[in-house]
Amino acid sequence: MTTWPILSVVTFLPALGALLVYLLARGGDEAANRNARWISLWTTLITFLISLILVARFDPASADFQFVEKTSWLATGINYHMGVDGISLPLVILTTAVMPFCIIASWRSVTQRVSEYMMAFLILETLMVGTFSALDLVLFYLFFEGGLIPMFLIIGVWGGPRRVYASFKFFLYTLLGSVLMLLAIMALYWNAGTTDIPTLLHTAVPHNLQKWAWLAFFASFAVKMPMWPVHTWLPDAHVEAPTAGSVILAAILLKMGGYGFLRFSLPMFPLASHDFAPLIFTLSVIAIIYTSLVALMQEDIKKLIAYSSVAHMGFVTMGIFAGTMQGVAGGVFQMISHGIVSGALFLCVGIVYDRMHTREIAAYGGLVNRMPLYALVFMVFTMANVGLPGTSGFIGEFMTLIGTFKVSLPTTVLATTGVILSAAYALWLYRKVVFGTLVKPSLMSIKDLTARECLILFPLVALTILFGVYPKPVLDMSEASVQQLVNNYNTAVTAVKAAALAVQ
Amino acid sequence: MYQAIVFLPLLGAILAGLIAIVGAHGRNPSGDTVEHHNDGHGHGTTPINEDTGVIHASHHEPDGHDAHGHDDHHVTEPPAVGSRAAELITTGLLFVSAALSWFALVDVGFLHHDARVTLLPWITSGDLQVSWALRIDTLTAVMLVVVNTVSSLVHLYSIGYMDEDPNRPRFFGYLSLFTFAMLMLVTSDNLVQLFFGWEGVGLASYLLIGFWYQKPSANAAAIKAFIVNRVGDFGFALGIFAIFALIGSTDFDTIFGGAGGLTGKTINFFGWHVDALTLTCLLLFMGAMGKSAQFLLHTWLPDAMEGPTPVSALIHAATMVTAGVFMVARLSPLFELAPNAQAVVMFIGATTAFFAATIGLVQNDIKRIVAYSTCSQLGYMFVAMGAGAYSVGMFHLFTHAFFKALLFLGSGSVIYAMHHEQDIRNMGGLWRKIPYTYAVMVVGTLALTGFPLTAGYFSKDAIIESAYASHNPFAFYGFLLTVVAALLTSFYSWRLIFKTFHGTPHDEEHYEAAHESPIWMLIPIGVLAVGSFLAGFPFKELFAGHGIEEFFRESVKMNPHIIEEMHHIPETIAFLPTVMMVLGFLISYLFYISRPYLPVELAKQQPMLYQFLLNKWYFDELYDLIFVRPAKWIGYILWKKGDGAIIDGFGPDGVSARVLDVARNAVKIQTGYLYHYAFAMLIGVAGLITWFMFGLGGQ
Repeated sequence: MTTWPILSVVTFLPALGALLVYLLARGGDEAANRNARWISLWTTLITFLISLILVARFDPASADFQFVEKTSWLATGINYHMGVDGISLPLVILTTAVMPFCIIASWRSVTQRVSEYMMAFLILETLMVGTFSALDLVLFYLFFEGGLIPMFLIIGVWGGPRRVYASFKFFLYTLLGSVLMLLAIMALYWNAGTTDIPTLLHTAVPHNLQKWAWLAFFASFAVKMPMWPVHTWLPDAHVEAPTAGSVILAAILLKMGGYGFLRFSLPMFPLASHDFAPLIFTLSVIAIIYTSLVALMQEDIKKLIAYSSVAHMGFVTMGIFAGTMQGVAGGVFQMISHGIVSGALFLCVGIVYDRMHTREIAAYGGLVNRMPLYALVFMVFTMANVGLPGTSGFIGEFMTLIGTFKVSLPTTVLATTGVILSAAYALWLYRKVVFGTLVKPSLMSIKDLTARECLILFPLVALTILFGVYPKPVLDMSEASVQQLVNNYNTAVTAVKAAALAVQ
Repeated sequence: MYQAIVFLPLLGAILAGLIAIVGAHGRNPSGDTVEHHNDGHGHGTTPINEDTGVIHASHHEPDGHDAHGHDDHHVTEPPAVGSRAAELITTGLLFVSAALSWFALVDVGFLHHDARVTLLPWITSGDLQVSWALRIDTLTAVMLVVVNTVSSLVHLYSIGYMDEDPNRPRFFGYLSLFTFAMLMLVTSDNLVQLFFGWEGVGLASYLLIGFWYQKPSANAAAIKAFIVNRVGDFGFALGIFAIFALIGSTDFDTIFGGAGGLTGKTINFFGWHVDALTLTCLLLFMGAMGKSAQFLLHTWLPDAMEGPTPVSALIHAATMVTAGVFMVARLSPLFELAPNAQAVVMFIGATTAFFAATIGLVQNDIKRIVAYSTCSQLGYMFVAMGAGAYSVGMFHLFTHAFFKALLFLGSGSVIYAMHHEQDIRNMGGLWRKIPYTYAVMVVGTLALTGFPLTAGYFSKDAIIESAYASHNPFAFYGFLLTVVAALLTSFYSWRLIFKTFHGTPHDEEHYEAAHESPIWMLIPIGVLAVGSFLAGFPFKELFAGHGIEEFFRESVKMNPHIIEEMHHIPETIAFLPTVMMVLGFLISYLFYISRPYLPVELAKQQPMLYQFLLNKWYFDELYDLIFVRPAKWIGYILWKKGDGAIIDGFGPDGVSARVLDVARNAVKIQTGYLYHYAFAMLIGVAGLITWFMFGLGGQ
């Protein structure tokens, strides 16, 4: 079908860009910084454009992996195997689409070690795209864990005053999960004799092993997601990370957990997924209510949005483990939507942070008087965060909830309280920051969005509304793959139930 | 045609919004640097002088809570560029829409040309197939007429009322946006689009209540409105999920087709087997309670009066708040199958009708009196819904839209004349100064209290009759409370008229300056005054008589016996509301014209009761105590103790502290950060495992 390894190009082009930055933008002078910025911008833009070819050539009717590349790599059973299906492709596009925004958002706010910063981001992009398109467990593991390192550096080097604590916490949490996942990968390898994901998807795993492997994967993905109670790294990481770091963290890194659940937990361990679904439901509901309440009391804008991210990810996990068509498709959609909306919200915070150098809610108030455009844009994203119909935020929440209702009514009822709480914290934040009179002397000379800032925010506004009104492009892309996933899951679960009945 | 009716307001909203945002952006410089003044660098809160900031508060109406609100700040900000263009575009488009809506009513209601217009697919996933579609039947056509007529008149009125406001393009953009959302709501062909319109009007209401965003009270009211509505929407959303789980679709036709098969089914709701239809209807009704400000979820409506008065007329009287009534009528095939849910509807409706009327007795803010009256009248409509007389409820919705919009816009005219004074204690004797406004307010009051031959007379009496004739378990309760509420309504309505327009002026300064409003404002209230008469008798047979079958056809499913039984109730019963109306007028006349010392004495004799009513049954305080504060307290505890002390304490912080202890005491390596070691550890583990795997893989 394809004559050139398009997926590998998309994956490794950013790394090549990083190499270019390294070679061409040395020194720390202004010219080198400028070069680093432009090289990175062009790299991410070209990567994005190439990734659009994937969309154009993608066959949404097929549930199989497409654009597959396979070459033997390390040992028997471990290959360099890449490919995307309807679940991973939207995430790949999300990644390549968000990256240029991050580069532009860092254009003026990062002045120290610019080329290193850009390199970290470009390498991170490679690792993220790789994570979503790897079709071999070892390859996946490398990309997945490798992503930790640049993010760790971004927070630790370009972060705020408590960056060391935050990056360390981030690291400690994720480390714990990844070690366990590695053990599970080994167990799978011993069971099937290969780490090839498509093969593993069709390999039955003994029920007992399913449970242990599921828990091990869960440890890793739950931290990434993050699910309650292993979420506390996220607010700290967000608060300390530079704006673009927060954007990547919220928009893409959090999606790796959800992607992992969809790629491994649900299809490979359907029985364990079914057994543990109540656990997931409980944790999701706690996440939604608990973190929403905590968000209500935050004093730091970024922390508030970070907590709201945890709540929104609760909808994703709930939907995925409902195992219904709407639940899973809603989970995928919610990930994309949250990627756009939370990324945009962090960009919005970054805009006022660049001007005022504080994220404290109390330091703001009445911005609408001087920043009408900003107020408008922020309002759109606030409403999307609240899940107002007509914005993309609604579709995901609605689908996950409607998909869960049939499976667990108490879960749905409790999770739906999130719609009340999210309105409370989001509108409260908006009121404190944007509405009111402008009385703080420090804000008197604040200025509205620049052309550069409009350039990064307007496309996101357009996407938020477009996907709210017409989500079909995303839903169609993932439909076939989700359908297959749900069918396989249900078949496996029903078979076991039937067997259990027969035994009785 | 239907696309034009629905989307012209959206077009207007977008154009006005563009004018607003371009203008606002033009007035405010852009840039990502901030010049910090040496003295003003801190985070102090002392207001700075005019030289740095050109921010002027543009309050037009005083704080509604404040009994002596005076508007001291006169606007210095120039009006936004293109204000006139925005006004004319939105108003013009709305008038086109309104004219088309009347055509639609004739076409659908009398010529029976029901229509379905599919626009776009929306959410498609497995069985869940939701489209953007317009459903035009008689029920919708009636709503189209109500929404577009009132909206176009309110647009016109606002040109006069808002003439001093510097942000008119934004205001008109919001108004048109609201109208669009409301039209999407009433034309929806499935529950999800209904929900879209539902939340869309909620957004517009939030934006318009908070239109004067400099006022903290307006912001608080806006948030309160949104959140209380969200509580209702919580139920609404669950109702949609339940319907989908039971029937597998959200399209009205499929739901109504499949509803019959659901009788007797149960849902396991937290271990409690409830009748599926009853539960679903109650969940959906919870949404209606929020939107229509019914008892328990009513607290947002009085506060919503913080918004500009035209907004109160359009959103908080004629259209948005009636969405709940419309929803129940739209879902009448479901409610007809769930008698227990109908009982709740009637109970809540009757309670609201009475409860809101009692509060209305003692309020002093002119807009709040009308707001409580709205709340009470919405209760009436729900009583009719509970009785299964859906068309009768819709009749009251239809007539109420005219006279309540009239009362609000008339109040607006009073407020405008009095330079933004809203407290009726500071008014008096105004009829000499503003006779036209006085006349239309009296017309509105007559209609509201049900004076014979006015619009309200036909619809309100029909509701009370339907409550009497109904076999609902709460039918007598509904009847009794609506009759008592009729008395109270008459009393507080005339109290408003007497205190505002009669007696002696209480504030000479304002009185002397009082003047009649500009023609932009007088035309719409004149039209509405005519409507307050004409909306009644000509439509009586269609909504509450023998023409229902013919007019509404399948768009509502009436209780099969209710209309017949309504026509056979005793004469004395049918006459009762009129007696109550007269009685209320007489008491009011006694209290406020002939013996004005009586109310003061009464309040002194019954201080408990007076305070109880004045403080609105203490609902705000109660909710603050049982919801708001606990939520904040729990949030704080979860954050500091849950996340901070327990999770972090035993998790990462605890672990790192132990590791650090070990590192200090045992090894005494102090060369770097801990994460270096963590890194080294990870690489070590990874290497080890890899070796293992290759060893085994190579076999």
